[in-house]
Amino acid sequence: MKLNRKDILGIQELSVEEINLILETADSFIEVSTREIKKVPTLRGKTVINLFYEASTRTRTSFEIAGKRLGADTINISASTSSVVKGETLIDTARNLEAMNPDVIVIRHAAAGAPHMLAGLLRQSIINAGDGAHEHPTQALLDLMTIRAKKGGIAGLKVAIVGDIAHSRVARSNIHGLTKMGAAVIVAGPATMIPRGIEKMGVVVHTQIEEAIREADIIMMLRIQTEREQQNIFPSLREYAQYFSLNRGNIGLARKDVLIMHPGPMNRGVEISPDIADGPHSIILDQVTNGVAVRMALLYLLTGGVS
Amino acid sequence: MEKKKIVMDAEGIDRSLTRIAYEILEKNKGVEKLVLVGIQTGGVFLAERLRRKISEIEGRGIPLGILDITLYRDDLQTSHLKPRLGKTDISFSLNDKKVVLVDDVLFTGRTIRAAMDALIDFGRPRSIQLTVLIDRGHRELPIRADFVGKNLPSSLWEAVSVDLTEKNGRDEVVVVLNG
Repeated sequence: MKLNRKDILGIQELSVEEINLILETADSFIEVSTREIKKVPTLRGKTVINLFYEASTRTRTSFEIAGKRLGADTINISASTSSVVKGETLIDTARNLEAMNPDVIVIRHAAAGAPHMLAGLLRQSIINAGDGAHEHPTQALLDLMTIRAKKGGIAGLKVAIVGDIAHSRVARSNIHGLTKMGAAVIVAGPATMIPRGIEKMGVVVHTQIEEAIREADIIMMLRIQTEREQQNIFPSLREYAQYFSLNRGNIGLARKDVLIMHPGPMNRGVEISPDIADGPHSIILDQVTNGVAVRMALLYLLTGGVS
Repeated sequence: MEKKKIVMDAEGIDRSLTRIAYEILEKNKGVEKLVLVGIQTGGVFLAERLRRKISEIEGRGIPLGILDITLYRDDLQTSHLKPRLGKTDISFSLNDKKVVLVDDVLFTGRTIRAAMDALIDFGRPRSIQLTVLIDRGHRELPIRADFVGKNLPSSLWEAVSVDLTEKNGRDEVVVVLNG
């Protein structure tokens, strides 16, 4: 069995078989991170570059740990400390990195499509670690892996995604992934945060959190991007919290065994109350643990093998 | 044309495993510090059977681990097809244990090299011993088995396949000649 592609750019283009292969491979990698010696020699001699034009804690660390546990050399470049501040273009930076002969380039960029441009330009495997409001495929894969592990499957589940759908690459990738795997997806948020035409992606839209989470198996809360308060898409954090936060008052509408997810970083007290984030239904830290395994799986499946 | 020859039947396999179980106990003077580790997939089923036999003889169970050697293969960089990754599950410490590795067929020895590297990443066993149901020769590394079900000199054009009830529905060892 083989993942027959050079790059991982989005969930949209992945088939159900490919997603299953990635998730099954990731399941097997969980065990490596529980060993006393958390390292295998699989990618010895391979080089992985993490090229991050946007801030990140989880994704960048997760890719770095994934590479290192597989025995690869991982290098991190963040825009703020690189020649980007001297005005180097993305293409020039990429060509220079290519000249040093890495095997995989992981990129996060504020411009949607940036990873796709690199994929066409470079011979290396490109993994999209988030491009604008477009896709964040590794987040969706780790979410699918976590749901599958906790619920035994994905098909037939009711999943509510609540928050700023319009600006969320996590929501977009998850909608692609969840619908492909047979889940029913409901999105909810203030009207200014619901993109027009989102129904075409196969989701049901609600403008109130209470309707969205009713009988839900999974609730995925999105980070409210506080930097957008200035853009007049919501009046205040306080009002947002009042109408769209997940808290003790409304969680009872969901199923008794509901699982709560959040891609991080959380705004405690805004989109999610602390007692819910830390409560028995929360699988937020399982998501982080599984993130390493999913990224190990992708690095493993994309590298090696002479063409 | 394909020619099939059965070289070991269900009773033959069972008798070999019974003998090997006694040999393992004799060499290790009982089950003290003894653990079995089966190599995915065929070795796992054989290791489970050996564990049953050993615990019947000694009246005491011993730990059994499962090892997938894919991540330690030496051909990952050269082969185009990525092998499907299996599960590894060794939920006990290997430090100071007498580890008996179990596989179905010993051929080039490369799988065993990978398995030994993997085991040593889990701890420092007191010893590693090797059990195989079939030794078909053609070693490419200096490796030999401590306990062998059957030595089966084979040509490189033959395929040796160990079928087990747990995965193929019946117990037999067959040699298939391609050509």
